[in-house]
Amino acid sequence: MTSILIENGRVIDPSQSIDRVTSVLIVDGKIAGFDVARQAHHEVIDATGKIVTPGLIDMHVHLREPGREEDETIATGTAAAIAGGFTSIVCMPNTEPPIDTQGTVEFIQHQAALAGNCHVYVVACVSKDREGKELAEIGQLVQAGAVGFSDDGAPVHNAELMRRAFEYAQMFDRPILNHAEVPELTTGGVMHEGLVSMILGLPGMPSAAEDVMVGRDLELAATTGGRIHVMHISTEGAIDIVRRGKRRGVRVTTEVCPHHFVLTDEALRSFDSNFKMSPPLRAENDRAACVEGLKDGTIDCIVTDHAPHAAEKKMQELDRAPFGIVGLETALPLVITHLIEPGHLDWSQAIAKMTINPARILGLDRGTLRAGAPADVTIIDPGYEWTVEREQMRSKSKNSPFQGWRVRGRADVTIVDGQVKYRAGVENLALAGR
Amino acid sequence: MSLETSAWESAAAAWTHRHLLGLEELTADEITLILDTAESLKDATGGCRQKLPILAGKTMANLFFENSTRTRISFSLAARRLGADTIDFAASGSSLSKGETCIDTAKNIEAMGVDVMVVRHRTPGTPHLLADNLDCAVINAGDGPHEHPTQGLLDLLTIRQQRGSIAGLTVALVGDIQFSRTARSNIWGLKKLGAHVILCGPATLVSPRWRELGVEVSHNLDEVLPRCDVLNLLRIQFERQTTRPFPSVREYALLYAMNRERIARAKDDILILAPGPINRGVEVTPEVADGPHSVILEQVSNGLAVRMAVLWLICKRLEM
Repeated sequence: MTSILIENGRVIDPSQSIDRVTSVLIVDGKIAGFDVARQAHHEVIDATGKIVTPGLIDMHVHLREPGREEDETIATGTAAAIAGGFTSIVCMPNTEPPIDTQGTVEFIQHQAALAGNCHVYVVACVSKDREGKELAEIGQLVQAGAVGFSDDGAPVHNAELMRRAFEYAQMFDRPILNHAEVPELTTGGVMHEGLVSMILGLPGMPSAAEDVMVGRDLELAATTGGRIHVMHISTEGAIDIVRRGKRRGVRVTTEVCPHHFVLTDEALRSFDSNFKMSPPLRAENDRAACVEGLKDGTIDCIVTDHAPHAAEKKMQELDRAPFGIVGLETALPLVITHLIEPGHLDWSQAIAKMTINPARILGLDRGTLRAGAPADVTIIDPGYEWTVEREQMRSKSKNSPFQGWRVRGRADVTIVDGQVKYRAGVENLALAGR
Repeated sequence: MSLETSAWESAAAAWTHRHLLGLEELTADEITLILDTAESLKDATGGCRQKLPILAGKTMANLFFENSTRTRISFSLAARRLGADTIDFAASGSSLSKGETCIDTAKNIEAMGVDVMVVRHRTPGTPHLLADNLDCAVINAGDGPHEHPTQGLLDLLTIRQQRGSIAGLTVALVGDIQFSRTARSNIWGLKKLGAHVILCGPATLVSPRWRELGVEVSHNLDEVLPRCDVLNLLRIQFERQTTRPFPSVREYALLYAMNRERIARAKDDILILAPGPINRGVEVTPEVADGPHSVILEQVSNGLAVRMAVLWLICKRLEM
């Protein structure tokens, strides 16, 4: 029997409405209970001044393996995840080949087990080869362990295919996650279409491209009774469509990335491709709407859309550089610095959006410190001030727009299934499990 | 040292920028400094015809990733008039076609002892990318639809020579504003020097959002024409457009081409500018392009003077 006692921490578990200083006991990889007195055989972690939460879950990550191992591998991506406090991540299927067969799902699960860092769940393709023409073998993919379906990287463009996906996935109670974008409106686009794109002469991607697709998806979900999860929402209009959809009972959930509630398109004035992502950084009213959507519950989850790209790919002309940034190692401090400290969200609200909410959307048995649950725990040092340094990142690619930013808070200890996988400041622990 | 030389030296002392990437980041005083230096150099070289080897020992490289005729020749000639050596690079047939990145291409050329890199590229921000990655100075010779600062400066110099001052003039930029780098550099320069700027063209090429920069937006040339002191007729950038923004060239010409009838309704002393190359019969008819109001060829001459001034200021800054 192995046991870990986490003492004196402020335990915040939104799944049970707990927020108090207490101890948490882990026995044999499961949560054994709270308020436990120390015994001689316990391994003790002193969490005085720290926050103890269910292990963080990021339901939107690109691990690049198979196919683009020069950007990231499952080993390096999961090492970055635990350094960021994530005990579970959900990877997207736009790999090469795409995740549209049982074999590919199993390959990822195998590589994740070999890496031994954190749990990796798989979102598989909606369509075969991500071509948007025929449904992938959703039933078999569910059997292999797929927790949801998406052609992310690209939208499910064909409305008829989307309707069939909603209908079919309901048999397995799995959501469809869509990258909401009307491609005809964004072809050639590099950044948000607005005053800044106009001044810079860069082709823009209008907000309407996202709004129109979100509107379509909600109507199709309403018609079929299917579950739509709007990925990386970024516009004021789309957030309002989701808000109204929830009110009228559409089965819709959504997520937002830290860069969309922290940055705006003004950042592109630097012409730095580390600010190029899709959906693009939007205008200030959109950024503010993301914060408002988080506050009023319209936005359920905070995700990273961790999208690593090797330096040689990003160091190109802005139209040639790929979309996307890394985010696993900066998400938590950005949430603390830009949502919790300014008072937009309290700790419990923020933690819910990074634990129990994504777990519920994808049907994961995680995101809680309930007795008997798998012992995935993140201990957060909320006051630790530090500067984001790309060189310190564990992700294979370093394409972060937050280089040099002062932030507050970090993951201090990351525990996965009762095993300490990461301790801040201990370099090699993340590599030990590989 | 002659009086003129002393004036150039003091202008160089006042210049603080390592690169010239756009007019947006320059102050009115800095723009005026370049224009004054250009006029002075033009005078000293008999209208830019004689050599004045004050940049002997410097090397300027033209890095043109996009086609150009007049700008490339103008920069080369400007450098030679000042005694600098020049290197020409054109993307076609280069190592870019072998997969080399533009940064590596530029670094290799820089390693041959280049002081100033003149960069043209179809993508906005590429001169900025190179400026961040090279040790030499970078001059933006046009980055997609973003900026073309020396074109903006030569337009300003031409207007100032003809009218004495920019302040108080009403200047209309007519045509393809969305895809025009000349438009953007003109807007910054004209606004900073006190002109009233009107942007005129079809709604698909002139967004009302431009008003946020303090300019007037119109889709009706005939309405604004009587108020204009200067018209700068911009070429339709067909090569940049992914969808046709108006139904036909014929319809465009009907609505926006500067022709004999329109010139008759304009102010008597109206100036007609065009950054070139011009599409005769589309933005401007031949009798206007070659008529008494046209200063198109003066623009070309002034381009040489402006580029000499910019090279002088930037090369002297490198020595500091």
